[in-house]
Amino acid sequence: MAIKKFMYINRKAPYGTIYALESLEVVLIGAAFDQDVSLAFIGDGVYQLVKGQNTQAIGQKNFSPTYAALGDYDVNKIYVEKESLEERGLTLYDLQHLVWEDEDEDWAEKDSIRLVSRSELADVIDEQDVILSF
Amino acid sequence: MPIEVNGKQLEVDEEGYLANLNDWEPAVAEVMAAAEDQPLTSDHWEIINFLREYYEEYQIAPAVRVLTKAVGKKLGKDKGNSKYLYELFPYGPGKQACKYAGLPKPTGCV
Repeated sequence: MAIKKFMYINRKAPYGTIYALESLEVVLIGAAFDQDVSLAFIGDGVYQLVKGQNTQAIGQKNFSPTYAALGDYDVNKIYVEKESLEERGLTLYDLQHLVWEDEDEDWAEKDSIRLVSRSELADVIDEQDVILSF
Repeated sequence: MPIEVNGKQLEVDEEGYLANLNDWEPAVAEVMAAAEDQPLTSDHWEIINFLREYYEEYQIAPAVRVLTKAVGKKLGKDKGNSKYLYELFPYGPGKQACKYAGLPKPTGCV
């Protein structure tokens, strides 16, 4: 089977709708199929990666720790749109520090998040074979 | 049908996974394993405890491939391979060990 470039685009805040959790589960399941997977976080989707989430008051499971497992699933291309962060008064330091370990380099930790501008992200989207929007 | 552990009735789903994560105690694994004629050695417990720690940190039960890699890194290459893990848990390290550990079935496992 030829390897295709799959991109999952995450656009919505983590709670209030099921989109964020569903997307994450599809990514984890899809990771078993050895495709070239990347994730993009744009618009309110950037809130999904904000660190220190606490869902106690809304009675829902806080699934944000699971993003840190993406590296284990070989999902290590995570694009975050710079403008979306800025429009919400956020910076990279408000987000979880997501890393993956490079088995070929003695498990060296490398950053998974790539901060890109809107026009850079458009170019990356342009290269994809399959786009799934959540 | 609920299972009985230390005199308590614990809810499980149709495949025998604990309905409520917080019901877990080591005796749960013993009861589940006994029902499947599966002896639990310290090697089994090492994997069960590893899975519980993984869940604690990431809130998911890892896929077998991910478990294998993670075990290899933490416990050494001689344990981080599917032969070793399947010998311990012949019904599948993902399914069987996660069940004993009180976790949900691994995401993506059918």
